[in-house]
Amino acid sequence: MTAVGSGTPSRTVPVAGERLPGAWRLGLARGAMELKLFFRQREQVVFTFAFPIVFLFLFASIFGDDMENTGSTASQYYVASMIAAGIMSTSFQSLGVSIAIERDEHVLRRLRGTPMPPAAYFLGKIWLVLVTGVLETAALLVFGTTLYDVDLPSDITGWLTFGWLFLLGITSCALLGIAISSVPKSGRSATSVVVLPFLVLQFISGVYILIDTVPNWMLTIGSFFPLKWLCQGLRGVFLPQAAASLEPAGSWEYGRAALVLGAWCVGGLVLCLLTFRWKNRKEG
Amino acid sequence: MTQNAAVRVRGLRKRYGGVAAVDGVDLDIARGEVFGILGPNGAGKSTTVEILQGYRTRDGGEVAVLGEDPAAGGREWQAKVGIVWQDGGAAQELTVAETVRHFARYYPRPRDAEEVIALVGLEEKAGSRTKALSGGQRRRLDVALGVIGGPELLLLDEPTTGFDPVARRQFWELIRSLAEEGTTIILTTHYLEEAEALTDRLAVISAGRVVAEGAADTLAGRARARATVRWTEPDGTRRTEETDTPTRTVAELAARFGGGEVPELRVTRPTLEDVYLRLIGERDGQGVAS
Repeated sequence: MTAVGSGTPSRTVPVAGERLPGAWRLGLARGAMELKLFFRQREQVVFTFAFPIVFLFLFASIFGDDMENTGSTASQYYVASMIAAGIMSTSFQSLGVSIAIERDEHVLRRLRGTPMPPAAYFLGKIWLVLVTGVLETAALLVFGTTLYDVDLPSDITGWLTFGWLFLLGITSCALLGIAISSVPKSGRSATSVVVLPFLVLQFISGVYILIDTVPNWMLTIGSFFPLKWLCQGLRGVFLPQAAASLEPAGSWEYGRAALVLGAWCVGGLVLCLLTFRWKNRKEG
Repeated sequence: MTQNAAVRVRGLRKRYGGVAAVDGVDLDIARGEVFGILGPNGAGKSTTVEILQGYRTRDGGEVAVLGEDPAAGGREWQAKVGIVWQDGGAAQELTVAETVRHFARYYPRPRDAEEVIALVGLEEKAGSRTKALSGGQRRRLDVALGVIGGPELLLLDEPTTGFDPVARRQFWELIRSLAEEGTTIILTTHYLEEAEALTDRLAVISAGRVVAEGAADTLAGRARARATVRWTEPDGTRRTEETDTPTRTVAELAARFGGGEVPELRVTRPTLEDVYLRLIGERDGQGVAS
């Protein structure tokens, strides 16, 4: 073969200093784009933010009584519960469903064919989850403090506890969401595959049902997963100390909560690395 | 040789289950060429292209695209290879301009987003969301995303499937303008007309093998094949004669008609379609061509 097109066009001649854009910068760009997409889908916004607030309103109105010897009401219990469920919804449910759909609709395949580093995709998802998770939590807190007299933490220790619970909770649930996105065979079945385990976990982790009412064997199963510990920790942050008497252990067990949530962060990451696929199953 | 080869493939093999989809394909494609891969559905065209893209793994053979193995192609390599996907994958809620600008960020030396939007003829739709585009417009957006990084090689898998004739002609113009800029272009198609109009060379793939390779007008001895001369006698009888020497036949006819017009005179060589049907018919053992 002779010299066909021996000179590459000038626009593709590499110039010193022109490097591949870094994962961090692209992650920010992807995060901005993900948020733009999220807020342009009205139904998704309403579903994500209104769902926990509507549930909080329902549960807090139906079971609003004082809880004996706790110095708090069931309404306040549900504020902590719904914040935990909201965190899991914006991370686990949102990622589990959206990544499955993106895989099915070949969004992932298209990205794989560009020089975008894979890390940028996940960083973008992290930004999306963090921003929506913070907004969701803030909305529930505003609702909870005005309607149900929930007290915000009064000292820095309380806020720090809230901070690490939020971060470990949202990280572990986000990683589990990424992992479960590989389970559905198509984008269409994604919602049911992701929502069912989430619903079950909410029942057995004391989100909808008071923790002292959930049968022990259910709680035992629930305690293998992050949601139970996130709920429990957040009750510690937002309920009076006396309410710890509701807990099976009689205390908030922050140490164990940190341990289980931290273990799920590591385990979830390993699971993601082992199972994440850019193609759907048909394409092997 | 390797410096100027855009693609070099030797003995490429890929099996799905027990079935060989690609069964020993060899290809040499030079830089700057527009190369077509033709074949019936299921012949292995898409699989071959997907292996060149680095999207699919192979079971055997050697593949070098721009001097690198696509299976090991890093980000630098991916930045040089543009892919035009056959379906979807662009966010519905982003506008054309937002999508193209966003993809430009992934590349070290992207082309100007506005220029690329104009190149694919979507200026008027730049502010429209992807979900509002027609099928043809969406395909142009796919092309825009394929070329935004300023690729040295562009891979297109059946780019005009589902296009109306006008959209197809416009698309051809787009491909020609990219080729003029020096981009190597590899496309699969099952439209023979398209292959003839666009490609410098083409390969016909049937049952996972290359059964013919060459320029469209000389493919498989097409230019040397027997010509058919057709005319109508003064009494209205239509006549057909197959010959290796059509010029002599026409000269004899001219003499016979006393230098006047020979009614309905036509001289034809086999069309690309004739050649193609014979090629894939031979492989299938069905003898499509007579």
